[in-house]
Amino acid sequence: MSTDGLFVIGATHHRAPLAVREKLSLSADGAAALRVELAQIAGLKEFAVLSTCNRVEFYGVGANGDTAARVTAAFCARQQFDAAEFEKFRLNLRGREAVQHLLEVSSGLDSQMVGETEIFGQVKDAYAEAQARGSTGPVLNRVFQKGFQAAKHVRTHTAITTGQVSVANVAVDLALTIFGALKQTRILLLGAGEIGEKTAKAFQSRGAAALTVASRRFERAMELASALGASAMPFEQREARLAEFDVVVCATSAPDVVVSHAVTRAAMQKRPARPLFFIDQALPRDVDPAVSEIQNVFLYNLDDLAKIADENRAAREAEIAKCRTIVAEKADNLWRQVAPQIEALGAVAPLAPSVRHEEPA
Amino acid sequence: MSALFAAFSDRTWLWFAAALYFIGFAQGTVSLLRGGRPAGSATYALIAIGYVLQLVGLGIRGRAVGGCPLGNTFEIFQFTAWSAITLYLVVGLTFRNSLLGYFTSCLTAALTVISLAIPAWDATTRTHIFSANPWIELHAALAVFSYGVFALLALTSVMFLLRNYSLKSKRLGGWFSFLPSILDLDHIGVRLLGAGMAILTLSLGIISAFWLRDPSSASVSKVLFAFVVWAVSLLVFALRLRGVLLTKRFAWACLALFAGALVSLVAVDRSRHPLPPKPVAVSLP
Repeated sequence: MSTDGLFVIGATHHRAPLAVREKLSLSADGAAALRVELAQIAGLKEFAVLSTCNRVEFYGVGANGDTAARVTAAFCARQQFDAAEFEKFRLNLRGREAVQHLLEVSSGLDSQMVGETEIFGQVKDAYAEAQARGSTGPVLNRVFQKGFQAAKHVRTHTAITTGQVSVANVAVDLALTIFGALKQTRILLLGAGEIGEKTAKAFQSRGAAALTVASRRFERAMELASALGASAMPFEQREARLAEFDVVVCATSAPDVVVSHAVTRAAMQKRPARPLFFIDQALPRDVDPAVSEIQNVFLYNLDDLAKIADENRAAREAEIAKCRTIVAEKADNLWRQVAPQIEALGAVAPLAPSVRHEEPA
Repeated sequence: MSALFAAFSDRTWLWFAAALYFIGFAQGTVSLLRGGRPAGSATYALIAIGYVLQLVGLGIRGRAVGGCPLGNTFEIFQFTAWSAITLYLVVGLTFRNSLLGYFTSCLTAALTVISLAIPAWDATTRTHIFSANPWIELHAALAVFSYGVFALLALTSVMFLLRNYSLKSKRLGGWFSFLPSILDLDHIGVRLLGAGMAILTLSLGIISAFWLRDPSSASVSKVLFAFVVWAVSLLVFALRLRGVLLTKRFAWACLALFAGALVSLVAVDRSRHPLPPKPVAVSLP
């Protein structure tokens, strides 16, 4: 077997636009069915499927040169996608390049939002799934496991994952900078629109439990509160109850200020030792800018958050070259280890029968 | 083991310790200048080793003077630095903040290097610290230990002021990103002030018991200085709990308290009298 026997084919956000990725996206059932079909391909000794919103990739070890083409054909057939059209977007890497690609994907270097860490978990899940179904072998086991180690190394030895790059997550990071932890932090969401909802979800995903929603339309506040597992509050009570909250996310479409300096000062007199953090995502602004002059009150508006996100993004991008050097070095080492294994696999029997006859879940 | 301790003089051991504190500070500074985080575990290890070496040096000095080595300005600075580190080694484990280690190494390097670099501070042999009564020795040790707690409080107050500045001015990058949350710093400040005050209260309780029975057991000025520091710490603590002294003002008050404690140490030290020169054996022809 040629060392080119290790391959990765697929489509990613780099070349495939969203509309194409939607068509290529694999459902859980679809992925399971496809795995069974792939297991039938003669000469495909090992494989793993990685499917996320930004990529669908097949990592495999094939006995002959056309194995990757067969995998492509099986995938296109299942997705009812024109194979010739797929060629325009196709990712097709072999040997060492495939190894390097996996390392870059795992470490977040290949992600749309460079340095994001969610992809690491997704690659781990994809590998665990393949391993559980018995479709990995000595080559992919080594490539994936060493790939995870390399990704961890990149994350801990560079600043690629430092700082949040989305406005909602920047707001959550700021809250952590003020309160340390979010479990006991009481959050008030003013406005039940999409931006506020996104920020509220970001807070919940980082451990915030006490969330209250207030909107000028109380029914909408109730609706969103129910969806988020939060409580609702009449909008008119915001001033009287301001002192109860630690973080106030403002995202209304009100034409005037909804939180004034006087109201904030009065609230702070009731809770002088505890900081109050305003995240003003509204346009026009919801919070009187003068509140930032009050001791223990911190106010960040949309521009402030966007600026921090931009700085973080720039800092991550500045780390890319350093990360790629590390990844290239790791890929070289790993390739030296697996290349002889791939050569040796030429004589190994194809996938176990148990995998071949598995039915989709 | 005792041969190892005897291999160097007390001041040499203290120089070794100061060097380690300084290395911790220098290493943290280089990391920060390079845009990275000071290595928390490395700084912690350097401080911990320095702490042991300083303990050896202070132990040798203590044996020589027959009590707690608080006999002159040099010893008081050394003991204050050692007390601050004692607390840091405990707090640092739970606080897990590399910047606190960096600031601690900075403060202790300054205290120890300066005290070692000024020979005059260690040249005068003063009267034995607060007589030979072990209870009064305990009072002195606790008082200086509480000042060590105030030293750590001063560090957290500096960190609080920096964090407050970074949040208000919206400068969150660089080494500001290594600072703990502002609420954590505030809570730690209150706890440290409470702990320092409690230790100082205990210390003053001991000396008061002796002083009331025998006013000659300690000079009025010494007791007065200690009581002023205690009263100020009590006032700051009470105002903080009542919500009068908060955020920046509280941090500045804590810094002033530590500065006052240092000044009072110098004043206490100056109120003592030098020992008469030891008789020198002279061989007559």
